[in-house]
Amino acid sequence: MAEAKTMTLNMGPHHPATHGVLRLVLELDGETIVKVTPHIGQLHRGIEKIAESMNYQQIIPLTDRLDYTAASLNNLGYCMTVEKLLGIDVPRRAQYVRVIMGELARIMGHHLWLGSHALDMGAMTVVFYTFRDREMIMNVNEELSGYRLTPSFLRVGGIARDITPDFVKYVREFVKWLPKALDGYHTLLTDNIIWRKRTMGVGTVSARDAVNYGMTGPSLRGSGVAYDVRKALPYSSYDDFDFQVPVGENGDVYDRYLVRMEEFKQSIRIIDQAIENLPDGPVKVDNPLVSNPETDEVMQDISALIRRFKIQCEGPAVPEGEVYHSIEGSKGELGFYLVGDGTSKPYRMKIRSPCFILTSALPKLLVGHMIADVISIIGSIDIVLGEIDR
Amino acid sequence: MENAEVLDRIKKNFPGAVVEESRFRGESWITVTKNHFLELMKFLHDDDLLRFDLLLDIAGTDYTPGSPRFELVYILFSMEDSRRIIIKLKVNEGEDIPSVTHIWKAADWPEREVFDLLGISFSGHPDLRRILTWDNFEGHPLRKDYPLLGKDFDEKFDPDTIEIV
Repeated sequence: MAEAKTMTLNMGPHHPATHGVLRLVLELDGETIVKVTPHIGQLHRGIEKIAESMNYQQIIPLTDRLDYTAASLNNLGYCMTVEKLLGIDVPRRAQYVRVIMGELARIMGHHLWLGSHALDMGAMTVVFYTFRDREMIMNVNEELSGYRLTPSFLRVGGIARDITPDFVKYVREFVKWLPKALDGYHTLLTDNIIWRKRTMGVGTVSARDAVNYGMTGPSLRGSGVAYDVRKALPYSSYDDFDFQVPVGENGDVYDRYLVRMEEFKQSIRIIDQAIENLPDGPVKVDNPLVSNPETDEVMQDISALIRRFKIQCEGPAVPEGEVYHSIEGSKGELGFYLVGDGTSKPYRMKIRSPCFILTSALPKLLVGHMIADVISIIGSIDIVLGEIDR
Repeated sequence: MENAEVLDRIKKNFPGAVVEESRFRGESWITVTKNHFLELMKFLHDDDLLRFDLLLDIAGTDYTPGSPRFELVYILFSMEDSRRIIIKLKVNEGEDIPSVTHIWKAADWPEREVFDLLGISFSGHPDLRRILTWDNFEGHPLRKDYPLLGKDFDEKFDPDTIEIV
C-alpha cells in the first residue's frame, strides 16, 4: 500500500495575492490543505519603538503607514487616544470633518479591497472601476491636505486647518456619484455565477469561532455578529448619524463580500448627513498646552509666539496615565494602548491591529479547502501587511 | 451590570485576587495576582453574567528599573453589555505566565508578540516562537535597554568589503 504523503508548498512572501509580504507555508494532501503556517514580519518597521522617541504630534504620520489603504482612520484612532489621555473634547465641527475623512478612508479601503479581491480571482474589470472612483477620494484628500494617499490631516486636539469650499463641493459630488458606481460593481459580481461558485460556502466560520479567534470588523459581521465600535461605544459624534450595521448569515466569503458592499452605502449615508449638517465653530480645541495659536496671533502677541515655539519643539503636554481607545477601522477594531509618563513622548504605544488578529485566524479558515480557495479567503478577510507588521 | 458590580463579582468569587483597582477616563483597570490569574480569566470568559467573550489585545510594557519589571495588560470586551475591562498583571524578569490561548484563541499571536518583543514567556502556549523579528534575532526590541538605532546605523562603509570604515 502506498504511504500517505503530504506536500509542502511555500506561498509568498512575494505572491501578488497575499496583499503585501505575507508568507504562507501550506501542507497539502493532493489539492486539499491540511496545515497552514503564516509567517509575518517582513514589513516590520518598529513603529511602536520609534514612537517612544517622538512627541505626540510627530507620531501622526507614522500611523498613516499602518493601514495605508485607509490612512485617515488610523490618524483618528491615534488622535482620539491621545485626547482621551489628555482628557479633552474636540470641537464638534472638527469631529464632523474627522467623521467625513474617516468614512471616505473606509470607502477608499473597501475600493482597494474590492478591486484586488476580484482581480486575484480573475475578474479583472472590477479593479478599473474601483480605482477610477478611488481617485475621486484621493482628490478630496489632496484638496484638503496636499497628500493623496496619506493625508495626516488630523491633529491631536482637532484638525490641521479649516476645510475649504472646494472640499465640500468634491465631497458632495462623490456622495452623488458613488451609489451609481455601486450598482455597477454589483452588476459585475453579485449575481455572477463564477463569482458565486468561488465564494459561496468557502472559508466559512461560525459566529462563536469568529469571536473566539478575535475577528472584528466586516469579517466578523459576515458571520452574523453585529459588533461595530461605532454603535457599541460611539465616539467622535457617531451617535448623531443614522446608519445601520450590515450583517451576513453564513460567514463565508460571499457574505463578507456582501457586508462590505453594504458598508459602502452606509458610509455614504454618514458622509451625506455629516456634510449637510456640518456645524460652525472652531476646528481646534481651545487649550494652550495642545493647540498651536493662529498665525495672526503669533505675529502680534509675544506670548503666542512663545507658546507656538514650545508646542512645535516639545509637543503637547500630556499627563501621566494609561488609556486604551478603539475605533472601527476599515478592517476591524483598531485600538491604541498608550502609556504616558508626563513628558511629551509616549512611554509605550501598542497598536491593536485588526489585521494581525485576522491573519492569526487564517489557519482556521483555510484548513480543509482547496488550494485555489486560499486566494479568495485571503482576499475576503481584507488584510494589509503594513498594519500586521507595524 | 455596572462596572462596580463586575468588580464585586470578581472579588466575591476570588477573594484576595484583586491587588489594585482604578478608574481612569471611564475605563476600569484591575490588577490581579499571578496565583489567581488563569482561573480568574477563565471565570471572566465563562461566567454567565460577565461573558467577556472577546479578547482584544495583550500589551506588555517594560518599567525598568521598577520592580516587578514588566506589566501585562489584557483588554477584554463583552459583546452582550458593550463593556470593556482591562486586567493587569505584574511580571518579574524570567517569570513564566500561564497562556490563555485555550480560553481565547485570539491570544495566540499577541502572546507570541509579547514573547518576541519583550521576552516574557508563556507556559502552555502551543507554538511559542518569534513572530515579528526573525528566528535567530537577538534581544527584545521593546525593552527599554534595547537601543533605538543599531551601532552601524548611518556609518560609512567600504563598498568592496562591506566593512565599516
